[in-house]
Amino acid sequence: MNEVKINIHDVTRVEGHGDVVLDVQSGEIKELKLAITESPRFFEAFLLGRKWYEAAHITCRICGICSVGHTSASLQAMENALGVEISDQTLLLRKLTFAGETLQSHYLHAFYLVAPDLLGVPSVLPLVASHPEVVKMALRLKRLGNDICCTVAGRHIHACAMKVKAFPKVPQAEDLLALRQRLVDSVPDLHATVALLQTLALPQFERDMEFTALHHPEEYALYRGEVIRSTKTGDTAIPDYKQQVREFVAPHSHAKHVASAVGPYMVGALARFNINYDQLRPESKEVAAALGLQPVSYNPFMNTIAQVVECVECTLDGIEFIDRLVDMGLHEEDMTVEVKAGRGVGASEVPRGTLYHEYAVDDEGTIVDCNLIIPTGQNLSNIEHDMRALVPQILDRPQDEIALQLEMLVRAYDPCISCATHLLKVEFV
Amino acid sequence: MKPRVGMFAFTCCEGCGLAVIECENELLDVLSLIDLVEWREGLSEKANPPELEIALVEGSISTHADEQKLKAIRERAKVLVALGACAHTGGLNALKNRYGMNQVKQMVYGEAGAQFDTIPARPLSAVVPVDLFLPGCPIDRTEFLSVVRDVALGKAPRLPDYPLCVECKKKENVCVFFQGRFCMGPVVRAGCGAICPTHGDGCEACRGLVSHPNEQAHKETLAEHGLKVDEVLMHFNMFNSYQEDQPA
Ligand code: SF4
Ligand code: SF4
Ligand code: SF4
Repeated sequence: MNEVKINIHDVTRVEGHGDVVLDVQSGEIKELKLAITESPRFFEAFLLGRKWYEAAHITCRICGICSVGHTSASLQAMENALGVEISDQTLLLRKLTFAGETLQSHYLHAFYLVAPDLLGVPSVLPLVASHPEVVKMALRLKRLGNDICCTVAGRHIHACAMKVKAFPKVPQAEDLLALRQRLVDSVPDLHATVALLQTLALPQFERDMEFTALHHPEEYALYRGEVIRSTKTGDTAIPDYKQQVREFVAPHSHAKHVASAVGPYMVGALARFNINYDQLRPESKEVAAALGLQPVSYNPFMNTIAQVVECVECTLDGIEFIDRLVDMGLHEEDMTVEVKAGRGVGASEVPRGTLYHEYAVDDEGTIVDCNLIIPTGQNLSNIEHDMRALVPQILDRPQDEIALQLEMLVRAYDPCISCATHLLKVEFV
Repeated sequence: MKPRVGMFAFTCCEGCGLAVIECENELLDVLSLIDLVEWREGLSEKANPPELEIALVEGSISTHADEQKLKAIRERAKVLVALGACAHTGGLNALKNRYGMNQVKQMVYGEAGAQFDTIPARPLSAVVPVDLFLPGCPIDRTEFLSVVRDVALGKAPRLPDYPLCVECKKKENVCVFFQGRFCMGPVVRAGCGAICPTHGDGCEACRGLVSHPNEQAHKETLAEHGLKVDEVLMHFNMFNSYQEDQPA
């Protein structure tokens, strides 16, 4: 087929609003865009003038689904700005909450958003009747992720107890041990998930691309990293993130896009897997192998598989963090912070990729400057490049199928367009 | 016939919609009571026919396009429910309203900002009549479930209209004022189980005020800490700046 006109309004089953526009004439792509129709919320403007202790509770409201992720990057940025050190206990509690959010977000994506495509149904609702066991398992797994966040930090969406320096109230050891048991008990469900995925086929598509993720010498980087690592441009110090994450105004859109020094790049579970594979546990590597995922994978559709591998990692991490916390003995901590002027950057590997927060505060702790770079903003250009490579390969298929493949590609990136901080509307005809 | 329900999101973090999915264990019960026919975040299906018994709407109205879409939803829906602080009070989004819209665009996007359609953020009720609201940022799952059950069964739901301190004291929490933190509890509408004080944090008033705070305020707590209603109200603007800016 040579003439194709597709305009998918509001790509469904993604967080936030996006449109795909494709216009092919005589076999040539005239127009191809992922247009973001989200209304920007201007967090960077309204953070100015707020106090240091409000930043995390305001910025977590950028995105419901990676609320703990925003909180984590925000707290690290503010602690760096104020020169605050955190205890091992606080670090472990935060990493545990982070693992909980990663689990719930990945399960949500894999089961509710991607599985319907693979099982050939329009949404998760028909699965309630056709695959009740799968739906119940998904609910169970996701609930566990949420309950981790609730037990440690009050709730998952906009955690109350994640604050600068420490937790105002620490969880009880017995509640953590109950979670530990549930994590252990969830392993068979994880294996069932893997078995289910083994029966489903993901589209085969590869494109040479750059991957970027945080890297930490001692751990598979999620809550924190030590450097930004790219498969094409090497390592960048986190405070120098603007060298890796370059915002520019794309001529066709009069709006900012993000690229590295060499072009668009991918962030997210697949990028982390490709970059930090060596640091995964043997159990996670086994699951990756069972699902046909090897580093370096250049197939963006495999992002969902990388998320499932990370679910194994986070489940085992959760067990380990709880053991260490209980061994150490939990205790209440002092939360006094000495306020002084400063600037700091914080970065986390949230479910959808690297998230950066940067703040400057004056000597009264009032926020005077800030910058936020979200993962989906970084992926947008890369998705467009994928589409340009994918369309010619599938042009002979019926229009519906082309549209579905493009939607599936967008969904594979698990875009979270609701975090419209630096997300830009791309004009289309 | 089960009521036909649609879920919609405007300017927000979509956390309230997510809170609905996070009902997890109870989700299947809810789905047995209602017929979820439209929801962009979770379903590819679009409602056909378009009429809805219940529209659940999260988010503030902050663009001209939002305004038009909300009016269209209002026309299709018998009962329109504002879900969460963004929809109920304007929430955090209204914090941008203290700047001029051109200024705010320039601040975040520079030159490229000019293309954005943005107007001061408003709660749904500033644009269309709203039948019910569920307060909170995010909404409380238990409250959501009970309200949906009531509406599906044709009953009028009731939200608490007494201060958070009442709930907090019932839980036997140590008042966070004793720990040197600030709390809006004496004047805020209860119903979240005082979740923030329970986890050691002060209440930030995401659920909005009780009606007539001056009369209803939790006097006991105020007296205990030597506070006045006015002093507490001064800290009110994280989620409620839209209300503050309205002429009384
Ligand atoms: S009220 Fe809060 S949780 Fe709900 S959509 Fe708005 S910002 Fe998100
Ligand atoms: S002021 Fe806050 S912490 Fe104190 S009793 Fe009231 S709600 Fe609880
Ligand atoms: S305690 Fe206050 S801030 Fe926390 S959820 Fe309840 S009303 Fe909102």
